Amino acid sequence: MNHAPLAAAFVADAPRAKWHDETLWFVRAKRDKAAQSVPEWEELRECAAQIKAHTVSRLADYLEQFEREATRRGAVVHWARNAAEHNEIVLKLLSDRGVKRLVKSKSMLTEECHLNPFLERHGIEVVDTDLGERIVQLAGESPSHIVLPAIHKKKEDVGQIFHEHLGTTAGATDPNYLTEAARQHLREKFVQAEAGLTGVNFAIAETGGFVVCTNEGNADLGVSLPTLHIASMGIEKLVPRAQDLGVFLRLLARSATGQPITTYSSHFHGPRPGGELHIVLVDNGRSDILASDEFRRSLNCIRCGACMNTCPVYRRSGGHSYQTSVPGPIGSILAPSRNPKMFYSLPQACSLCGSCSDVCPVKIDLHHQLLTWRRELAHQGLLSRSKRLGMQAMSFVFRRPALYRLAGRVARWLTPLLPRFMIYNGLNAWGKQRELPDFPAKSFGEQYAERRRHESQRNS
Amino acid sequence: MPTVGLFIPCYVDQLFPQVGLATVDLLEQAGYGVEYPADQTCCGQPMANTGCTEQARPLAERFLAIFSGYDYVVAPSGSCVAMVRCHYDEYLAGQPGFEELKKKTFELCEFLVDVADTSRVDHRFPYRVGLHQSCHGLRELRLASSSELVAPAFGKAQRLLQMVDGLELVTLARPDECCGFGGTFAVAEEAVSCMMGNDRIHDHLTAGAEVLTANDMSCLMHMAGLIRRQGKPLRVMHIAEILAGHSK
Amino acid sequence: MSRNEILKSIRAQRVPTAELPSLDRTWLRFADPLAQFESQLAGVGGRAVRVRSTDEIAPILNARPEFANANGIVSHVAGVAANCDLATIADPHELESVDWAIMPAEFGVAENGAAWVTDERIRHRAIYFIVQHLALVLPADQIVHNMHEAYARLSVGSSSLGVFISGPSKTADIEQSLVIGAHGPRSLTVFLVEPA
Repeated sequence: MNHAPLAAAFVADAPRAKWHDETLWFVRAKRDKAAQSVPEWEELRECAAQIKAHTVSRLADYLEQFEREATRRGAVVHWARNAAEHNEIVLKLLSDRGVKRLVKSKSMLTEECHLNPFLERHGIEVVDTDLGERIVQLAGESPSHIVLPAIHKKKEDVGQIFHEHLGTTAGATDPNYLTEAARQHLREKFVQAEAGLTGVNFAIAETGGFVVCTNEGNADLGVSLPTLHIASMGIEKLVPRAQDLGVFLRLLARSATGQPITTYSSHFHGPRPGGELHIVLVDNGRSDILASDEFRRSLNCIRCGACMNTCPVYRRSGGHSYQTSVPGPIGSILAPSRNPKMFYSLPQACSLCGSCSDVCPVKIDLHHQLLTWRRELAHQGLLSRSKRLGMQAMSFVFRRPALYRLAGRVARWLTPLLPRFMIYNGLNAWGKQRELPDFPAKSFGEQYAERRRHESQRNS
Repeated sequence: MPTVGLFIPCYVDQLFPQVGLATVDLLEQAGYGVEYPADQTCCGQPMANTGCTEQARPLAERFLAIFSGYDYVVAPSGSCVAMVRCHYDEYLAGQPGFEELKKKTFELCEFLVDVADTSRVDHRFPYRVGLHQSCHGLRELRLASSSELVAPAFGKAQRLLQMVDGLELVTLARPDECCGFGGTFAVAEEAVSCMMGNDRIHDHLTAGAEVLTANDMSCLMHMAGLIRRQGKPLRVMHIAEILAGHSK
Repeated sequence: MSRNEILKSIRAQRVPTAELPSLDRTWLRFADPLAQFESQLAGVGGRAVRVRSTDEIAPILNARPEFANANGIVSHVAGVAANCDLATIADPHELESVDWAIMPAEFGVAENGAAWVTDERIRHRAIYFIVQHLALVLPADQIVHNMHEAYARLSVGSSSLGVFISGPSKTADIEQSLVIGAHGPRSLTVFLVEPA
């Protein structure tokens, strides 16, 4: 479905849309403050972009190095070409060990692969342990933001969900009370779980380890009690050296929430004694993006969510209007490469303001890539007929200056004469909430010519 | 005397001639010869931004042919200048005169500050003014520092407005958020576009602005449409009109 | 095989070469890194306490009711009495009843108030995350300025787990309201032992 009607529905609830916008702007403001506290911020962004550009230029070598080092430390590395293979690998790891209960920390990759419903169909209880993810899981929804999964929910909504599922007091809305209830509920799930699954924020080729960042400590708790730890990672998560993490950890949390660093930045290298560590490397379309000069840089993404927080469209349309696991500017670049027909409207859900590109800690030229997508999709014939014909007609006129001048004269003469209902009606989206400007009698071109005539008469 | 080829965006030509006239005055006051090539139409940005590159290409080629001969090309629009400087490569890379064209094409305020070295404005404008930072001027042409970057603050339009006697610039809560015009976005995403516009207007009114200005008439057309419909007490003027003393 | 197909597919792409940048540069430094560490830690909801020796830690903790009334206490810091020994616990699930842990940290980072801990010589890594309250003890002269210095001094991969801990467990997932104590410790105290 097209983004615009879903966005319009979100905007229609004006107080909620305003609240959503202001809440995310508050996060953006915290990010600004955190970034401003680092004088070398722009240098860090440049370093991050260079490290990523280098990594993808030698990605196969680094993946092999990572596999070698991880294996040497006792981890088992699996490779999945696509979501289905990833899900099968995870399922087999679980069912071979008789695991019926899995706790998960936040992983946008498993959202991308739709792992939860797949495992549930195979009789495995999957519990998302990030509070925000647990809220949307209980609500039967998907995250609407990659860092703040339940940002579309008000505390009244959360109170109602927890009342239904966790037995909290009806009408309770105090975040402290509700968080405490979730803590107790999820402690139980942590203790019962037979396996823990985490995403991966960064993987290190040099050492074969990886880093998981959380504020809640849910990833750590989830993989410290059961003996089986599964880590799902996209192949673009690699950095060459451990020291590169210094750059990325300085950028990540400041960009995401305005914190100087996440509460827990956990570096895993091999299984803990007596445990098992399995790492699933997932391609799922990433290697296709690699070849494209235009879109390669989208693989730099470290999933901080800053482009969402700053996007004036995302803030006012909500994450669900994008209908993809990663919404907002970066999601609008990633989704069409997987399914252009389904996601053709996302690159148009953008005013090309460019704020995302300036806020991005790894310097992805997001708004230029969105523009490139518009071209690609138009070339694939996915532009609406009305837009295509409109642009052809405009171009036709603009190539003929005499016709352009005539059309302008006619429009300026005619429009003011038309009855209001002919201009302001359901067919004119401009006029629904906006007036047209007053139409001048003469164009600039005409007035300029007159002025020059007068000047030359005066001078002669 | 160096000659400026005046680049007037199509919608300014047809709908906002006063902005073009103010631009002529400003350039002539600054000591430049001004010529308006009458065969210009549109830079092609609407087509390019919709993805219709083949419809934009002939317009880019026309533009190069029309403006090649001038010492400078100046437009009262950051967005249209950004089209030439930042997005014409796709159509014109390698063509004779294109690299020069990019170097000599300026947005009006940028030209007045960087090339004409303007140090005074002789008109009085005793009003509280809200400056809307149009996005393409801001983040493509870098006419001012954007709030996302960690870098020294500056602004070419601000600098000129500060030279105007009596003019007081108001401080916005969100200094450079998009107004939601965005070309076809304004129509395709009408609901979000209008909410963005209303939020900007609210910010300017809350900051005490009596006049809303910008260096792009497209943003102003969108916001003026909302302001007029709602009868809000905010005058809308292009920055060229204020600087040229054309304000009534 | 998926592995070879993925690698083959990557190698088939033409990707321009790009240099790996050197990170050997001048990065942010502070006039007083210890004070910066303390203020950053306070900013993320933690508490810094300077002591002259580890002997001062026990009395300070005893004055806190949540410590005085604690059930299980694990301590890997000399001078702080414990009633639970990680070495004798077979299954980390048993740690659920431990209220406090007092553990050594290797060093702190001034720019973000984080302390580096590992599971080296720690039988159950869960201890850092499962307890209700966590205290870390680190020498006050072991504060590096920034994360680049942090990675220069630590040996990534020398233990199966190494963590930068910056403040207590927290969440803001309900309307962006900050709540301390999401899943892990409800408080984090860092004792900074000043050189004699």
